Amino acid sequence: MPQAVAIQPALNVRRPGWRGWGLFAPMVAWLALFVVAPTAILLVYSFFTGEGIGEVDTHFTLENYRRIFKPVYLDLFWRSIVYAGATTILCAMIGYPVAWYIGRAPASRRGKLLMLVMIPFMTSFLIRTYAWFTILHEHGLLNGFLESAHLIPTVFSHPLNILYTPTAVMIALVYTYLPFMILPIYTSVEKLDPSLIEAAADLGAGPTRSFFRVILPLTWPGAAAGILMVFVPAIAMFAVTKIMSGGHIRLIGDEIQEQFEGGGDLPFGSALGMALLILFLVTYWISAGRSAKVLRGT
Amino acid sequence: MAHPLPSGNSLARLFLPAWTIAVLVFLYLPIILLVVYSFNNVPNNMDLSAHWHGFTLRWYRAMWADRLLMQSVRNTLIIASAVTVVSIVLGTGAAWLMHRFVFPAAGGLQTLILLPMIIPEIIMGVSLMLLFRAIGLNRGYLTVIIAHVTFCFPFVMAAVQARLAGIDPSLEEAALDLGATPIRAFFSVIVPYLMPAIVAGGLLTFTLSIDEFMVTYFTYDARSMTLPILIYSEARTGLKLTLNAVSTLFIAGTVILVLAMELLRSRR
Repeated sequence: MPQAVAIQPALNVRRPGWRGWGLFAPMVAWLALFVVAPTAILLVYSFFTGEGIGEVDTHFTLENYRRIFKPVYLDLFWRSIVYAGATTILCAMIGYPVAWYIGRAPASRRGKLLMLVMIPFMTSFLIRTYAWFTILHEHGLLNGFLESAHLIPTVFSHPLNILYTPTAVMIALVYTYLPFMILPIYTSVEKLDPSLIEAAADLGAGPTRSFFRVILPLTWPGAAAGILMVFVPAIAMFAVTKIMSGGHIRLIGDEIQEQFEGGGDLPFGSALGMALLILFLVTYWISAGRSAKVLRGT
Repeated sequence: MAHPLPSGNSLARLFLPAWTIAVLVFLYLPIILLVVYSFNNVPNNMDLSAHWHGFTLRWYRAMWADRLLMQSVRNTLIIASAVTVVSIVLGTGAAWLMHRFVFPAAGGLQTLILLPMIIPEIIMGVSLMLLFRAIGLNRGYLTVIIAHVTFCFPFVMAAVQARLAGIDPSLEEAALDLGATPIRAFFSVIVPYLMPAIVAGGLLTFTLSIDEFMVTYFTYDARSMTLPILIYSEARTGLKLTLNAVSTLFIAGTVILVLAMELLRSRR
């Protein structure tokens, strides 16, 4: 509608008067106070010195950042990246076919299928994590099933001990973040013009070739958004890893959590937080270019 | 409209539905088990083994008697309600003002508003904790509500902005031409038009707030403890079946809410 576009500026592009500003001011104040100020305080704290028992000495130091480069903490960062990366890859591999199937389903069924994916995630993620205990427990359902199918003495010599292992952590992480991968990919798949796939097939591209040369590039914005929405929260998670590993596997989130609890080293915790923030910005910068459109669209 | 896959892909036709069903089983199995075992008549509240001892409503009765648990459920609902109301006002207001007026640096402001949606929650949690410490605001209901609103109202704003993108400007013009004040026009013309987006954003806010753990963890005090915090702290000593019972009620509430929304939408 070109007419509508022509009318719009008359009313729409308008400088705010004092009333506009008056209404807008609380919003700006909220952002300044609860988004900008906390981040600035985090940055300032990261240059202070921790005195133990939650006390701080306000003299400027770079010691906290130097400490991050100790092997113990580099290991923590590396392990967090590995776990979050593995979660992201598994979510993409498991979620892509689902997103594709839903996105290509008849329009009348798409909403219902999408709702089926979303409903489990409206319950607490902690509850959902604990629900896995019933399955993975030594006397849990999985071992019960394997025993009744006579797989335990034959294939596995003794009951499986999955709980409190990296496998349990991975299962719970993938379970927690899978919908955040499925949703954005679905958004991209739904918009995909099917004639492009047909054209690729007509021109002689096999399924593999047309997937990597046509489908994947076209749905990449969705996948990139999914990667962002899974990797970023997964890297900073502490609850799921702590619960499923019984506290045996420590990631960067666990370290930050402990530093901010009573008696922790707040400045060092702040420095770790800043490092995580930088890691987040880098991830965002790499993937955001393509995913920004999808994120804004949802 | 169904778009058939390229010919020669009959394997995909079988694989995709089968895979989707398998993933749905993976998604629902733990939740169904959680609900089923909330009725398990095991002798001990902390027995998590999968053995079935018969049907009981014991854990639902025990749940009502658990004062700490009931307190946390009440806190969760109070906080989520307050967060939803404030987020709707802030989010709708921000979206409308940014649509209606051209503010200097509006682009940067937009990014700043959306930042809490994607920033790692633990960073939001610890930085807000430092802020509250610095300004001497004691941790309690208020700090939790402020923290939740900060990452929830962008979701309302995004939903409202999406709907505003399709608004016909003559809608407001007509109201103004007929003599309505800008404020009257906003509440009697714009708000009704935006209502589906406001409801959707509000519902999302409510569910996000109920489930929030990481930011809450750094901003709550003993009195304002929410359900996720209670679950996390109780898990260290061992999970209780009364938590299964509470979760089952929350799941039932969610499913009813979603079905009601869907019913409303299909009627329109």
